Amino acid sequence: MTSADLTTPDAVRTAVRAFLDESFDRDIPLRTWLERLADSGWGTPQWPSQWFGKGLSTPLAAVAFDEFRKAKAPGPPAGLGRMLAAPTIIAHGSDEVKKRYVRSILIGDEAWCQLFSEPGAGSDLASLQTRAELDGDEYVVNGQKVWTSGARGADLGMLLARTDVDVPKHRGITYFAFEMDQPGVEVRPLKQITGDAMFAEVFFTDARVPAANIIGELNGGWGVAMTTLMNERVGLGAGSALGFPMSAPAGRRVKQQLEQSVGEFIDSERGGAVAAASAGAMVGRGIDQLVDLATKSGRGDDVNVRQQIARLYTLTKLNTWNGLRAKEASKSGGGLSPAASLGKLMVSHVTRQWRETAMTIAAGDAMLAGADGPMDGGVARQALFAPAPSIYGGSDQVQRNIIGERVLGLPKDPDVSRDVPFRDLRVGTQNKPAS
Amino acid sequence: MTMTFSPEQDELRSSVRRFLEQKSKSTDVRRLMETEEGYDPAVWSQMAEQLGLQGLALPEEHGGSGYGFLEQIVVLEEMGRALLCAPYFSSIVLAATALLQSGDEAAQKDLLPGIADGSTIATLAWVENADSWDASGITTTATRSGDGYTLDGRKTLVLDGHIANLLLVVAQTDNGPSLFAVDAEASGLTRRALETLDLTRKLAAVELNATPARLIGDEGAAGRILDKTLQIAIVALSAEQVGAAQRCLDMSVDYAKLRVQFGRPIGSFQAIKHKCADMLLEVESAKSAAYYAAWAIADDTDEVPVVASLAKAYCSDAFASAATETIQIHGGIGFTWEHDAHLYYRRAKSTEQFLGSPAEHRDVLAGLLLSGQGS
Repeated sequence: MTSADLTTPDAVRTAVRAFLDESFDRDIPLRTWLERLADSGWGTPQWPSQWFGKGLSTPLAAVAFDEFRKAKAPGPPAGLGRMLAAPTIIAHGSDEVKKRYVRSILIGDEAWCQLFSEPGAGSDLASLQTRAELDGDEYVVNGQKVWTSGARGADLGMLLARTDVDVPKHRGITYFAFEMDQPGVEVRPLKQITGDAMFAEVFFTDARVPAANIIGELNGGWGVAMTTLMNERVGLGAGSALGFPMSAPAGRRVKQQLEQSVGEFIDSERGGAVAAASAGAMVGRGIDQLVDLATKSGRGDDVNVRQQIARLYTLTKLNTWNGLRAKEASKSGGGLSPAASLGKLMVSHVTRQWRETAMTIAAGDAMLAGADGPMDGGVARQALFAPAPSIYGGSDQVQRNIIGERVLGLPKDPDVSRDVPFRDLRVGTQNKPAS
Repeated sequence: MTMTFSPEQDELRSSVRRFLEQKSKSTDVRRLMETEEGYDPAVWSQMAEQLGLQGLALPEEHGGSGYGFLEQIVVLEEMGRALLCAPYFSSIVLAATALLQSGDEAAQKDLLPGIADGSTIATLAWVENADSWDASGITTTATRSGDGYTLDGRKTLVLDGHIANLLLVVAQTDNGPSLFAVDAEASGLTRRALETLDLTRKLAAVELNATPARLIGDEGAAGRILDKTLQIAIVALSAEQVGAAQRCLDMSVDYAKLRVQFGRPIGSFQAIKHKCADMLLEVESAKSAAYYAAWAIADDTDEVPVVASLAKAYCSDAFASAATETIQIHGGIGFTWEHDAHLYYRRAKSTEQFLGSPAEHRDVLAGLLLSGQGS
């Protein structure tokens, strides 16, 4: 059946069932299953049909995922490669670049990280200072990135580097597919307030990247980066609920996990853990857990506890319903619009409200963590994590600018640095960028 | 369940908006809010005759057009947007719903056609204490008298009670709270228009002294009738609030683009831009709440008690916040009588309390969740 026939929910359902009957088998290696998903287009049905997708609208893709969930079939890796790198490459990469990278992402061969933020370039990402200078047919990279999730396990990085300092900041940035495993790259884990190290700092000292690895145009990286960031906002907002029931691991370091059978993977702890990690699922379960906590602790009659429970339930439901309305409004199925910033902002509210509700219910016990703390330390962990979503992936303030300017059409804040050649700018906490 | 409106529902919205842009302009609202009646009988007739708005969602056998609750929500949202001065919420949302919920077919046959064609203005008079919106604590009594009853007691916060031709009154019988129909001309009935915070929506105090009344439904049924009616009414009110909140956002964004200080439109300052962004998130979320609750009512799902209270609490807060920020964004001009911001602010702070405050509805919601009725 060709994509052109997949125009109704029934047609999609029938096609997915036929594909599952023919191709899904618990005894084949996980990698083989991922190859079948990638080559059939069913792994990412919302993508264009010529590039590993089926060209389905979001509502129809949801129907397909629903079938995969019923079959308990694992999907392609859920990491930054599939979420950010692949859609960016599909939108901006040459056909060669697409062929080189997209399939390897979908079959778990290569994991990606995002090399965007720097100590001097956070909300003002365009002021980034990491340099890439041409040397033969390669670029030599020097500088530092920060807040890099999954840097340790990544084979490739979406690297933004400055390739021209003589033009204003937005016009001298290039987007590279950067090999992480090389001598000039040092990854240092960055310990967060939770005590975990979800992120790392990445240092480049004369690291190298071929000119052929440019995604988009030389010095045209800013526009390419916008595609990545838009996908990130959708992923971090309500849009993340859509997908397979669990996702395969990715990267050269976990190669062996891809050799196990589909059945082994599904039954393994990892399958379960990955299934549970989706943000939507966490928030949804959180309500039940907190209602349970309130009931067991006998605080269900407390006026403040009741108000907090209702507030959390309300925001959680509204986040889901806002997502449903946004999806149905974008019938074309693209789903990428500045309105994604509304979902991103809402998740910050939900996360903070979860903390307030949980700690109100826990009362004095909210002072305890780990095995001594309520919900086996879950309340403390979530309390410490709560400041994160309003910062990562573009802070709440950045999202409000996007909503104000691109949804409501309010005039932009004049940017004094916009037309100044980069070499003359003051950046971050430093007086001058490296020149 | 779907979360979008059909093309026909969108078309209904457009035609109601066009009508109200002509008939409920700011100047009309201001003229009517200064009158004691608080509405324009000519516009009220046009609403019925040209658009069929009064009978829109009433059953066809009783003179209505038989549309569903979603169409009703669309109309209410537009009325909220325009701050329409008319006894629509009292007559259609409160009184007609109570009649439908009573299951009393004879009363429906007698009373609904007049409500549907706008010739009858009806209202629901049940509140006696400002802090109780249900049937508990009602002291108005009903006494059997020949074929009918007589009522004694006093009611307050009766929406459009001073102009209604028909009052549906909740009074105690031996079998508990019961619903009665009282004609406006009935003996022993006195009504007084109250001075209101919201100038665009009138309230009255009603006294009943041996006032003859007709029982609607069974004795003791008013508790159930009222519960169901108010569940529907709070979602209807949420939709009104959503429409008004959207209008506040529109006014604020327009002004932020227009007003120049320090050489730039104030909307380019993040202090203002971020307020507008937050308003949009709240207004969009309020729409999700009101629409979802409306769909639950239209489909008569088990979720109604949960999502109705959720909608009332959230939409009240969102509207109050939007109206307050609208004044702030407009600065001094927003605090003048001349600017419409205060009309929305008055509606927001008034409807925040009407039919139960956000905190009360959050408490109801929490109670349902704690007893395992969430989803």
